[in-house]
Amino acid sequence: MTTDASTIDSVNSGEVERSDTVANQAFGFWLYLMTDLVLFASIFATYAVVGRNYAGGPTGKDLFDLRYLFVETMFLLFSSATFGLAVLAMHNDRKGLVLTWLVVTFLLGFGFIAMEINEFYHLILDGNGPQRSAFLSAFFTLVGTHGAHVTFGLIWIAVMMGQIDTKGLTTPVRSRLMRLGMFWHFLDIVWVGVFTIVYLLGVL
Amino acid sequence: MNQAHIDSTGASRGSLKSYATGFILSIVLTIIPFALVMTGALSRSDVLFGIFAAAAVQIAVHLHYFLHLDTSSAMRWNVLALVFALLIMILFVGGTIWIMYHLKYRMML
Repeated sequence: MTTDASTIDSVNSGEVERSDTVANQAFGFWLYLMTDLVLFASIFATYAVVGRNYAGGPTGKDLFDLRYLFVETMFLLFSSATFGLAVLAMHNDRKGLVLTWLVVTFLLGFGFIAMEINEFYHLILDGNGPQRSAFLSAFFTLVGTHGAHVTFGLIWIAVMMGQIDTKGLTTPVRSRLMRLGMFWHFLDIVWVGVFTIVYLLGVL
Repeated sequence: MNQAHIDSTGASRGSLKSYATGFILSIVLTIIPFALVMTGALSRSDVLFGIFAAAAVQIAVHLHYFLHLDTSSAMRWNVLALVFALLIMILFVGGTIWIMYHLKYRMML
């Protein structure tokens, strides 16, 4: 019912084409996310094949600290929720609140990346870098690719904060924020696969 | 109806309730697999089943509550694209594992 009502509203205000464009942009971005999913599938497949080839080096059980990882996971999960709050604030046209929640989301996402970089740093410092074994090559590729995505997500959040501040909550800005939201929630889904298959299965 | 209706920006809008539900469910579904592995209370096969079941449910929770994916007509093409991506992923990952482990078996490594 509400869908019909808003369609009629759009017809009356002559905004049908604009509304269509935004819907198409969201769908196009969704298709990009699906191809990204296939990219991650290929890296997961590589990890599934070589993930137990330790070359006499350390195993997942030796390297992974699940308490540390749990905190890291919580950072990402909370950031997904705060992004949802930012989107809700956007629908209520509360610009200040949108910016506040985006700052919180950025800090949580940054916390996640900082913890991941710290983990990588100590692994490499202990001589367990990607060159140590096939397992570690696959580990750094998979976790690093996800981390790179989160880093670009952080840059995107920063850019959107700037746009919201200068342009306000215009239709293009809202559309971009919705797509950023899709990207951010999507990364959380990939992370569920990473912590299950790499970390939990590695320690088990 | 209000949980995922389409506004004038063409984007699906969630409600505070849907985000809160999704958030609480994903926290629980993260604690369960971590607790299963960290306490080691169950047998290995039970833990394996538990963590994969929790991951599958959590992915469904994220898709529904955060990405607002449902069976509505507005989301039909998104669901179709996801199903196709899943098919490719199953072929990709399943096929790779099948071939590589069969190769290992044949070479008696």
